[in-house]
Amino acid sequence: MRLSDLIGAGALSRALANRWRLADGPSSPSFTRTSLLFLTSAVACLVIADIAITARHPWAELQRLMYGILRADFMSVEAWSVVLTVAFAVIGVSIGATVGLGLAVIYPNSRAVRVIALVLRSIHELFWALLLIQVFGVGPVTGILAIALPYSGIFAKVFAEMIEEADLSAVRVLPVGTSTISAFVYARLPELAGRFRTYTLYRLECGLRSTLVLGFVGLPTVGYHLESYFKQGHYAQAAALLGVFYVLIGTRRLWARPATLPFLLIGSILVLPATIGGSSALVNVVRFFGHDIVPAPLRVGEWTAWSTWSALGAWFQPIFVGQILPGAWNTLVLSQIALVSMGLLSLILFPLVSRRFFGPAGQTAGRVLLVVVRSTPEYMLAYVLLQLMGPSMLPAIIALAVHNAGIVGYLMGRHADALDYRADAPTGLNLYAYETVPRLYGQFLAYMLYRWEIIVRESAIFGILGVRTLGFHVDGAISELRFDVAVVLIMATVLLSAGIDWISRRLRKSLRISTLPTRLSDGPVSSGDVPSDAIGMKRP
Amino acid sequence: MNRRNVLSAGLAAGLAVCVSVTAATAQPATLVFTAIPDQDETRLVEKFTAYAKYFEAKLGVPVKYLPVKSYPAAVTAFTNNQVQFGWFGGFTGVQAVLAVPGSQTLAQGAEDVAFTSYFIAHSSTGLQLSKELPKGIEGKSFTFGSRSSTSGRVFPEHFLRQAYPGKTPETIFSRVGFSGDHSRTLQLVQSGAFEVGVMDRIIYETEVKAGKVDPKMVSVIWETPPFPDYHWVARGDLDKTFGDGFTKKLATTILEITDPQLLAAFGRSKFIPAKNEDYKVIEDVAKLTGLLNN
Repeated sequence: MRLSDLIGAGALSRALANRWRLADGPSSPSFTRTSLLFLTSAVACLVIADIAITARHPWAELQRLMYGILRADFMSVEAWSVVLTVAFAVIGVSIGATVGLGLAVIYPNSRAVRVIALVLRSIHELFWALLLIQVFGVGPVTGILAIALPYSGIFAKVFAEMIEEADLSAVRVLPVGTSTISAFVYARLPELAGRFRTYTLYRLECGLRSTLVLGFVGLPTVGYHLESYFKQGHYAQAAALLGVFYVLIGTRRLWARPATLPFLLIGSILVLPATIGGSSALVNVVRFFGHDIVPAPLRVGEWTAWSTWSALGAWFQPIFVGQILPGAWNTLVLSQIALVSMGLLSLILFPLVSRRFFGPAGQTAGRVLLVVVRSTPEYMLAYVLLQLMGPSMLPAIIALAVHNAGIVGYLMGRHADALDYRADAPTGLNLYAYETVPRLYGQFLAYMLYRWEIIVRESAIFGILGVRTLGFHVDGAISELRFDVAVVLIMATVLLSAGIDWISRRLRKSLRISTLPTRLSDGPVSSGDVPSDAIGMKRP
Repeated sequence: MNRRNVLSAGLAAGLAVCVSVTAATAQPATLVFTAIPDQDETRLVEKFTAYAKYFEAKLGVPVKYLPVKSYPAAVTAFTNNQVQFGWFGGFTGVQAVLAVPGSQTLAQGAEDVAFTSYFIAHSSTGLQLSKELPKGIEGKSFTFGSRSSTSGRVFPEHFLRQAYPGKTPETIFSRVGFSGDHSRTLQLVQSGAFEVGVMDRIIYETEVKAGKVDPKMVSVIWETPPFPDYHWVARGDLDKTFGDGFTKKLATTILEITDPQLLAAFGRSKFIPAKNEDYKVIEDVAKLTGLLNN
């Protein structure tokens, strides 16, 4: 399947170069055409989107915010919440990686496993937590599963992709009749273990961010206090807590290593809090599955009666017309603008983390900036922006764009330094506009298309801004304790993500950029990792 | 009926393995309560830890407070027996009683018999205090509190629908938000992020006393008619777990709170007896506005 591996990077580069030079027929999309399509659709969305600035006195709040940041109150930091954030993330990600590895082995052969993995990863961890709380209450089981379930789905997919990409030579020499598991353990695992490890450790960073978010629904992590502080405008405390979180993320490579992992895992299990208040989870499971999520008409009616099913239709119709359709539309409009803004922003930001453009000192400063940008939870950013700009899609768009641009910009910066430049290459703006960006453009599109689905998924949590995304309606259904409705809406978000994922994969394939790295852990480590002219146009 | 039981049993068996882990950690001897997070959460923990100590001394069983982040989370904790009683708002209390058959309303604040909300507006709107709901609110941006708040959503929405027959908040206002809690509603209207908002009268007055209200920026434009609000609700199986007469003892303990500091934490003068029927009107209104199934 790895055509590029077989033919060599040269062929790929030629193919890409041709595309870039508009040498394509009407049936095959070019980089230019794809970019223009996204750009125009975003502009069109911008016209219809609700992006008014309505706040009248944002400066007072901004002043308080700045003042709070300058006087960050580190004494107030709840150290234990930081410990618990690490503990939940370590355990959740470990379980996710283990289960994901198991699923990855059968992933290519089992449609059921692929569908399960898709559903697991398409549901935002916040929604997982809200559903799990119904059964397990606010406590460690909810916290761990809310990370472990979606991460299993992600790990299954990514590990399966890694297995598929890996070298087959060891498998080919195995005797006929070797079982799938033996083949995997003896012929594939040795080659893949390193990549699995790197990816799992990288995922721990995402796990920390996800765990923080779980605090918003009541788990005792950093997010719990952070949300309270932001809500009350206690910016000095919020700034200190966020500062600690940045350091935690920024130093992840130092404390989360293969050698420290066993200690982290054992320590994490030991510090887990006991659930406050016992409850019979079995009773809750029966209630939740047997009653709460069964659509209301089916709870009362006889399942054999026609009237029950017509009542079900009458129940579903307003949900579909009043919530799913407009919710999905708003989600798409929001994420389309956010995606393109993210793209533009990351193109502007990436030179900041590139040695080539700003030297070693500039690079370090740029990296710190981008760690801060990508570790700030979008929700916090959006909440501050809400105060400054008033309620509309705008705070959500900016928050999503900035957060994701922090991630993509960082990766692009690393790619920029990994390119081989000629000795007489131009510098500054000329280098940027005529060489670096054109050569990295395919890679850039690969990241964009990959983040597309992620942005759609993340846009779900902005319901609080009064933006009527699908997430807004999920939140409403949960407030009204209508879990039957909530589950239907969550399934709609799953279908939407799945659809976006499918289009994105098709596009990446037809643009022939599907073999380029899209994951943070896969970025180039040093120059030479990426074939020098694998990406972008031939030099003039 | 049978089919549904089979379905439940099947699903239950599937999850039984992971469930047994939590079941094993159950500590039935501890009485746990919660409260809806209706204002500054950093103050809530302080406030309810004091209550936990009071209950523990009076009831002779270990009592703990479970902090929750949202109104529905409080009801959920009650529904799945993580907490055995709680301080709920009018609507969340009704949700709790409906979700756990046999639950009993124990007491309410003296102020909760006839509670009111304030509609507040940013000064730029030019809206003034008036006896009727000012018509000038139409077309403005508007924020409720929590989606399931009685004084921040349920009754205000009811009164709005009465004043504008055939309309919903979405069609009355240019934009409708849910701030999450009353303190935040005040903050958002004061900053002008939303032009108009509605919030709990008692919390507004508490914030005025705390110096958090800038009269140049925000003012009250209308006080709603009265409705019943906050109350204590206990699960029906309390006596089974803690012994006969425990529910009654708990109710008495609440009614006997005289410590001014404890009462001040709620902004209540005292607690008085209450029963489920006192809150029937909320159920009716919630059904009218579609918040509860008919």
